[in-house]
Amino acid sequence: MSAAKTESLMSSGGVWFPSVTSDLAGKVDYFYFWILFASTVAFIAILAVLYFFIRKYRRSEQNLEASAQITHNNAIELAWTIIPTIIVMGIFYWGFRDYLKLTVPPAQAMEIRVVGKKWMWQFEYPNGMKTIGELVVPVNQPVRLLMSSEDVIHSFFLPTFRIKRDVVPNRYTRLWFEANREGVFQIFCTEYCGDGHSDMLAVVKVMSKEAYTQWLAQQNSGDDLPLDQLGQKVYTAKGCAACHSLDGTAKVGPSWKGIFGETQTFTDGSSGKVDENYIKQSINEPNAKVVKGYQPVMPAFKGLVSDREIDGIIAYIKTLK
Amino acid sequence: MSSDSVHDPNANYLNSPKGLKSWLLTLDHKRIGIMYLIFICFSFALGGLFALGIRLEHLNPGKLLFTAKQYNQLFTLHGAIMVFLFIVPSIPASLGNFMLPLMLGAKDVAFPKLNLASFYIYVFGALFCVYSMFAGAVDTGWTFYTPYSSTTDTSVISMTLGAFILGFSSILTGVNFLVTIHKLRAPGMTWFRMPLFVWSLYATSIIQLLATPVLAITLLLLVFERTIGIGIFNPALGGDPVLFQHFFWFYSHPAVYIMILPAMGVMSELVTTFCKKNIFGYTFIAYSSIAIAIISFLVWGHHLFVSGQSDYASMVFSVLTFLVGIPSGIKVFNWIATMYKGSIDLKTPFLYFLSFIVLFSIGGFTGIMLGALSLDIYFHDTYFVVAHFHYTMMGGVVMAFLGGLHYWWPKMTGKMYSEFWARVSCFLIFVGFNMVFFTQFILGSKGMPRRYYNYLDQFQPLHAFSTYGSWVLGMGFLIMGFYLVDSLVSGKKAPSNPWQGLTLEWATSSPPITENFLETPQVTHDPYDYSKGKIPA
Repeated sequence: MSAAKTESLMSSGGVWFPSVTSDLAGKVDYFYFWILFASTVAFIAILAVLYFFIRKYRRSEQNLEASAQITHNNAIELAWTIIPTIIVMGIFYWGFRDYLKLTVPPAQAMEIRVVGKKWMWQFEYPNGMKTIGELVVPVNQPVRLLMSSEDVIHSFFLPTFRIKRDVVPNRYTRLWFEANREGVFQIFCTEYCGDGHSDMLAVVKVMSKEAYTQWLAQQNSGDDLPLDQLGQKVYTAKGCAACHSLDGTAKVGPSWKGIFGETQTFTDGSSGKVDENYIKQSINEPNAKVVKGYQPVMPAFKGLVSDREIDGIIAYIKTLK
Repeated sequence: MSSDSVHDPNANYLNSPKGLKSWLLTLDHKRIGIMYLIFICFSFALGGLFALGIRLEHLNPGKLLFTAKQYNQLFTLHGAIMVFLFIVPSIPASLGNFMLPLMLGAKDVAFPKLNLASFYIYVFGALFCVYSMFAGAVDTGWTFYTPYSSTTDTSVISMTLGAFILGFSSILTGVNFLVTIHKLRAPGMTWFRMPLFVWSLYATSIIQLLATPVLAITLLLLVFERTIGIGIFNPALGGDPVLFQHFFWFYSHPAVYIMILPAMGVMSELVTTFCKKNIFGYTFIAYSSIAIAIISFLVWGHHLFVSGQSDYASMVFSVLTFLVGIPSGIKVFNWIATMYKGSIDLKTPFLYFLSFIVLFSIGGFTGIMLGALSLDIYFHDTYFVVAHFHYTMMGGVVMAFLGGLHYWWPKMTGKMYSEFWARVSCFLIFVGFNMVFFTQFILGSKGMPRRYYNYLDQFQPLHAFSTYGSWVLGMGFLIMGFYLVDSLVSGKKAPSNPWQGLTLEWATSSPPITENFLETPQVTHDPYDYSKGKIPA
């Protein structure tokens, strides 16, 4: 897999929004800019009236008392009640129509299963393949997401597609989109879910239909990589980076820097060396021996990383002195 | 308990009777209002300190001063303190308590002992919340969403119990005000001769009475779930997490109208006095307060557009959300129309009036954007929403609170503050506020999620600018603290009617005597009738 950079939200698109990666996203922006325009006109009108009134009617020796005591005008009241009501009902209708388009997937959508849990996103494809942290889809193909959480409420947000839905435990929620160009785009978790909330990131990789078919076919992508390079790849690809730093900073989990061979004390009072067995156990059954000072929050990766990938992680950690 | 005003012309509610015990056991609504005011200002300062902490942490992505957990506690405490300890009681409990009987021409509220009890319940609840800060401070966000709040190891129980207790203060104040307005108006004061601030307190009290119990029950259910494991919200115990959101927002949406309605009441007082003009559209403004109170109960589902609730429910809530904005628009138009052909005096209270118009309008327009379903899907849980509610709550409610505070300061304290420093402070607050929060509209529409400890490097310049704004804002409030305290120590003595207002509070001394009026006023005209009414000396 190439290390394509995730498109920047800030520097793509215009002043307000990131760029769009679907036709529907463009429609959302268009609607917004209409309301922005109308609001700006109304706002400037308010400012102008305030300015002119203050200039004309400022208290002075010539204007010590109000020049007229006008108490009501029912015609004006009805006007500025009814006209705004009509306008906002129009806005409601437009928003609801676009919402239905954003919510109801077309019949030919392909389904991908999304699971959110503290603090990673897991994706399962129709052929049983799984990825963590990256949602891979073909361009110009409607994709339907069936989502649930394994713990607390998360929320799946694809800014460039302008779509978002909460990901709830014990329940399914749905999203759909159709990418209209290739590239790598940001995914955020947008429902506060604890210490790792702001690191619960992912990306959506949109590739051509041919590339996608090829990608689906490969099961073990790391067979040709040396072990330590494989470990470095897995570090980001499988979500370890969300909780373990490489530079010594303690995050949700201990830093990997310099830990190999160190003796650690665990929360159950025992102590032991961080060796190959400890690392493998921490990946498959993370809460068996938790380093003292940390919480037992690491999810189990059993079945999510292959044995060779575990070998790779061990080799990589050994290089981090 | 009398103020001996007949014998001592210098006696007023502040200096007689004397002694700490006479304050702590007072039944005088004015003293109770002052005591509330002190606590409310301290709560604002505490919540503000947490805000400065949040913004400081955001100067850079990654860790600056705080760990992720500490950051999560910071934004939770900022929200909980600002909502429950500051903004819900802010105008009604301090300015409302003080001014309501005066404006009605009454001696006190209907139930003075209940009033004192409400105050002590508030203090007890507030102390409970502060205690919880030190006993494993909550990290759930002020919204306590389940199942995170069902299972986190922080002090959810003590914070929610604190909010539970505070709720009773709100309910009892609401009851007191409703009865006072029904029963204690001076002779000649018909419903449509009441000041509009009174109408707004009436509408607010309706919401306080009906909505707050729902929050109380919801928080109690959360406590039961955490303590005895009844599965109401936690799916691991068989509960429904989205149900919590419905229960929570059923109170918390009307709650924001508890915040804004009294603020709008203050606005009507400021515009009439500082333009020396009768209000334009009295009946429409009065009825719009009641309309807002009613419709506010019907829109809570707009907080759940992305929760997985049915599309049908989302559609209904979207329609109703647009309708609730209409009465607010009516008020703004009526206030601006009141300025037409007036005699406009740009004193500090009126500068806050103008700030409200500008900032609340921005809050209102962005509320329209958020009410639209397709747009809310994008903006929900981003900084765009954070900016929207700060424009309405701070740009609206706080600006009106400051306007009312400066308007009624001479009446409450008998002293004038420095107009020069008040203007400096107002300017810094206005500029600082926009620096902090307009930037957040852009952050949010660029996709930056809220409640994020860490953020992508690309967002750093906007975050840093927002943080610099928080320092300007903080400086404005610091200066305000200084000149207000200075006015108490060495301010000029205030006349009974420094602004030439027409409502009844200006027809008595500054500060008022304990009984408010030497003789019960007789009301013969509308509250803002500058053509018929004689301006009290």
